[in-house]
Amino acid sequence: MSAPAADVEAMLRGKAICVCAGPGGVGKTTTAAAIAVGMAARGKKVAVLTIDPARRLANSLGLEELGNEARRIDDKHLAKAGITLEGTGELWAMMLDAKRTFDDLIEHNAPDSQTRDAVLGNRIYQELSSAVAGSQEYMAMEKLYELHEQGDYDLLVLDTPPTRNALDFLDAPKRLSRFIDSRSLQFFTGGGLRGFKLFSRGTGAIFAVMKRATGIDLLQDLSEFFRSFGEMAGGFRERAERVNELLADKRTSFVVVTSPARDSIDEAVFFHRRLSESGLSFGGVVVNRMHELEGVEDPGPGDAASLERELAKELGDALARKVARNLDDYRRLAGRDRENLGHLRKELGRARMITVPHLDEDVHDLAGLARMNEYLFRAA
Amino acid sequence: MPALLDKRLVFVTGKGGVGKTTVAAALGLAAARAGKRTIVCEVAEQERVSRTFRREGIGHEEAELQPNLFGISIDPDKATEQWLQWQLKSGALASLLKQSRIFTYLTAAAPGVRELVTVGKIWELAQPERKTARSAPYDLVIVDSPATGHGLALLGAPRTIAKVARVGPITRQANKIHDFLADERETGVIAVALPEEMPVNETLEFAGSLREQMDMGVDHVLVNALYPERFSGPEAKRIATAGDGRRSREAAAGLRAALSEHSRARGQRAELRRLRSSSDSEVTTLPYLFESELGLDELERLSRELERRLSK
Repeated sequence: MSAPAADVEAMLRGKAICVCAGPGGVGKTTTAAAIAVGMAARGKKVAVLTIDPARRLANSLGLEELGNEARRIDDKHLAKAGITLEGTGELWAMMLDAKRTFDDLIEHNAPDSQTRDAVLGNRIYQELSSAVAGSQEYMAMEKLYELHEQGDYDLLVLDTPPTRNALDFLDAPKRLSRFIDSRSLQFFTGGGLRGFKLFSRGTGAIFAVMKRATGIDLLQDLSEFFRSFGEMAGGFRERAERVNELLADKRTSFVVVTSPARDSIDEAVFFHRRLSESGLSFGGVVVNRMHELEGVEDPGPGDAASLERELAKELGDALARKVARNLDDYRRLAGRDRENLGHLRKELGRARMITVPHLDEDVHDLAGLARMNEYLFRAA
Repeated sequence: MPALLDKRLVFVTGKGGVGKTTVAAALGLAAARAGKRTIVCEVAEQERVSRTFRREGIGHEEAELQPNLFGISIDPDKATEQWLQWQLKSGALASLLKQSRIFTYLTAAAPGVRELVTVGKIWELAQPERKTARSAPYDLVIVDSPATGHGLALLGAPRTIAKVARVGPITRQANKIHDFLADERETGVIAVALPEEMPVNETLEFAGSLREQMDMGVDHVLVNALYPERFSGPEAKRIATAGDGRRSREAAAGLRAALSEHSRARGQRAELRRLRSSSDSEVTTLPYLFESELGLDELERLSRELERRLSK
């Protein structure tokens, strides 16, 4: 049973945005980079936005540091790895700096420099923008939106951050707009602690209890933060809504990257379900690092003894035995992967699925990406 | 400093997909076997440990998975309620606050609150005298911590909150928790890695940040899923140069698989060497298991392996 013909070019036909999502540790960043390289080679002007690439991969893409600005990868550099770009193809790459993106956003939305400085200098904001889970996810979306608005590229490829829950980032824009709409924010922006009437209609009692649980300083800082942030609430809400619209756009495609391990497959299935429930466009799945045994159709137990006999003449008894035993172990892995893949195919129905074999060496340079692309772009 | 399993609290962290859960569960088995009343905590609504023991759905309850081995999946909402109860010493006031919408939004918005109540619950589980009514103390609490970045945020949450709130009851409580977490006699950290470039980088970066932010060291780096070195260099050469003579598909596949194994094992050894030479912590390895799926038997095997290697 071979996979139905599927390749990345078909997945991304007519698309302007490709969001690579999936569980951690499956080679998501590498796959995003490989997709970008492959699409550029096919004549597109592509930018890949990545969060935290492996150093060697970053170096090979020319990303020595967090730039927060896209840099073009030299065609000559690509040619050295055997990659030629068709026609108007260009490859750009960018490493995202979440904190800076957040700061830029504040700068952009602040009505005046006083408000800007009040927010940027607030300790709550500083923790929120650098340390807190969720802000990185939102900022990735934000940057994507910004680049899309500029309209300089045919295709943007986004490598999503490894979240505890692979789906957190989908909710990030919604969470922000919900928060801005929330009553607490309106409460604070409408005067904050100074404004609220002590012990009036129950609110005072709540605050008295909150003071006992947290301390007054924290409340004051929060209040200050919300008050200055509140002035920008409108701008933020509008932007979060537009980011949402962009994700739901027909020209955005979600590509789920997974490994053939059961846990990852389960997460990919869950992800696929969530995407269709949310009405988002699902491009397909890339199953990375499949253990495959070329030329061996049946992954069931082999005849180790006869294999040993056959190879013993060439390799000697001891080495032939080791080779046979090793093959047995590989069969088991290949069998497991096939089984999990079968499960995935059943769950996904007619969705596109691409498998990439477990390559013998780590993919960490342009040549490695080109090797991956033999599988990602294999259909005629 | 006490040996790892003689501490009260052990955090198991590492990059996504390296086998943190497996290591946390195997460590739990080893500790329980040594006679310690042990609990493995999951966070962020995970139930992987409980699933391995076929007890998925335990939630915020302390459930006995095996004799001496308990599990819990910490629910931040329930942890918040418990926290408020300790803080306010009144269930009625705590639920009043919990029901207030303003409070709900504030805790959702204020940085690190969810992490704080989660780590607060973990801390409470590790106390010789529990704050939770009718609850017996544990000898050892093992945390299947979120991936490195988020894991560090979890460990650092008490300090973050203490910095933000400066004074008041939440600061006092947070400082107390921080002191316990940063005390190397009480709390240990295991970083799980794979012998691959990204996980090795992330492990080294994590150790640096842990030192910087918490002034803590990593007790052990556990390198998971290390391929055996089945073929020596000369053997691989013999396999590679074994003529193109007519042979069965099976044999051809066998030769290819052997060369793959050799190449992967060699790549892994290089990463392992790099990790060893740049890490201040003890680096211990666990073998790759050529099994279709890791069940209880494999977990048992890993736990014995872990026991042997950690006691060396």
